Amino acid sequence: MTTTSGSAAAEFSRRQHSPLQRLQHVLHARPWLSPLFLLFVAFVSFFIATPTFLTPGSMGILLQQTAVVAALAVGQTLIVLTAGIDLSVGAVMVLSMMVMASLAEDGGMPGILALLIGVGLATLAGFVNALLVTRINLPPFIVTLGSLSIFTAIALLYSGGASIQASHLPRLLNVLGEGFGIGAFRLTWGIVVVVLIYAVMAFVLSQTAWGRYVYAVGDDAESARLSGVPSRRILLGVYTVAGLIYGLAAWILIGRAGAATPNAIPDANLASITAVVIGGTSLFGGRGRLIGTLIGALIVQTFAFGLSQLGVDQQWRVLATGVLVIVAVAIDQWIRKVKA
Amino acid sequence: MSRTEPLPLALEAIPEERRGIYDADPVLSARDLVITFGRVVGLDGVSVDLYKGEVLAVIGDNGAGKSTLIKCLTGAYLPDSGRIELEGRRVAFRRPQDARDAGIETVYQQLAVIPALDIASNLYLGREDRRKGLLGSVFRMLDKKGMEQRASRSVQDLGIQTIQNMGQAVETLSGGQRQAVAVARAAAFGSKVVVLDEPTAALGVKESGMVLDMVEQLRDNGLAVILISHNMPHVWEVADRIHIQRLGGCAGVVTPRSHEMGDGVAIMTGATTLESA
Repeated sequence: MTTTSGSAAAEFSRRQHSPLQRLQHVLHARPWLSPLFLLFVAFVSFFIATPTFLTPGSMGILLQQTAVVAALAVGQTLIVLTAGIDLSVGAVMVLSMMVMASLAEDGGMPGILALLIGVGLATLAGFVNALLVTRINLPPFIVTLGSLSIFTAIALLYSGGASIQASHLPRLLNVLGEGFGIGAFRLTWGIVVVVLIYAVMAFVLSQTAWGRYVYAVGDDAESARLSGVPSRRILLGVYTVAGLIYGLAAWILIGRAGAATPNAIPDANLASITAVVIGGTSLFGGRGRLIGTLIGALIVQTFAFGLSQLGVDQQWRVLATGVLVIVAVAIDQWIRKVKA
Repeated sequence: MSRTEPLPLALEAIPEERRGIYDADPVLSARDLVITFGRVVGLDGVSVDLYKGEVLAVIGDNGAGKSTLIKCLTGAYLPDSGRIELEGRRVAFRRPQDARDAGIETVYQQLAVIPALDIASNLYLGREDRRKGLLGSVFRMLDKKGMEQRASRSVQDLGIQTIQNMGQAVETLSGGQRQAVAVARAAAFGSKVVVLDEPTAALGVKESGMVLDMVEQLRDNGLAVILISHNMPHVWEVADRIHIQRLGGCAGVVTPRSHEMGDGVAIMTGATTLESA
């Protein structure tokens, strides 16, 4: 018996796969490889098409433009990993931004206090979403569709729809727009904050039990529960942490936009979801990596930036993004059918 | 701490070399369990004894109370009355986690594995080990390498040869291999009792054979095993004793030696009683 199953195992590992099956296996283990390849192709194409694309100055601007959506997409990734979706991303960010800016406007409140209240409010907004999802068991899509309207309305009612210029704000709220760099290559402190958010959350997702539970809950909630994973507590944590990250994104956005403006990023929701999906994270939950999301955010921005340098209509980027989203989900569906 | 009297055993129907198992007190014993769901009687005073190193099969028709009995023993249901003792001490499990903490592991029919996670992650899901020192206590870092090594050992202890790479995602495994992962997890953490719910139901002949080998391995490693199955040949192949549930009560306990498979089925369906079989 032992010898037969032993040789069966050996035969098993020697089994030949077709090149396509091998590709499927590679992508199954590393779903971020296909977006990375696409980003590489985009870079090479734009480099050939326009000499100004791959310059230190352009690269710095590309990163600055990507920062806010890349930050939002971290929170979105956490939620999508649990098989949820967050449509209130932009609304929470704008609410947080308008509150921290008006509190600190013209020296009304110390910058640090306004910042803490603003980020705290975003965290609270995430927690409210979490309660609705876990306690009343409403689908995340519906919960966040509702809170999208509610938070947007509150932000506009509170701010009266008016912008607050950077000159009326304390330095702390503007500081993430300030930069440093070598020659033409300029980075902002906002980019540094984004990199830190990615580093911390990538560590948490891949190295801690909490991270493992996020994947488990998203892949099969019932099995996770039977295995002793505190599913509700994990979901509560995911939506709350996502809120906190949206609050940090609000801070980055003030620096980036040079003002607190309710309409700074009108398509923040879809942009964050697009980055997550193009980055190879499965909308069905349980699969994906944060590095993929970062690549996804960069791809969208690279298209936008490259096409604008070429003087091409931005609608081509919108069209290309749409195609990429569909292709990415199709690839995900294929990868999920992997067999040994 | 009153001792529950052991149920009568028909020792003559047990092979001589295995009778020693029954010298000790039962690991798990339940007396007169009653549970009702509204007007439906789930269990009507059922008693069970389970000994270290034995495989006790539980058979019965649909609705006979098999699953209800097992759920009472593993903390999914709290019986309305009756007592359960684990190693002589009275217990009242309010959640499956309580039973698990006490050393009773259950392999559910739906396996409760996470397809996207690898084998080692699944084995340790909900019970992860952290790194030593600051990395573990402050940064909450998992001891991935250690868990992988121990997972590999748990799988080898069950004599499973077809699973080599602990980093492989469970969704790439066959049905039998997934079952093996679920059983290995139960074996690694179930210090006293392992309950297997229909472990061969979804498997082919060859893979069923592998799982039955694992069941015997668990028993030989000194665990008490409860096997719930509809598959009579499998039950008669591996069980030491067979508890027959019928209409919420226990219709009798037989052994593969004392009764033929047909007799067992007849008692189970009510065609005959234990006395006349």
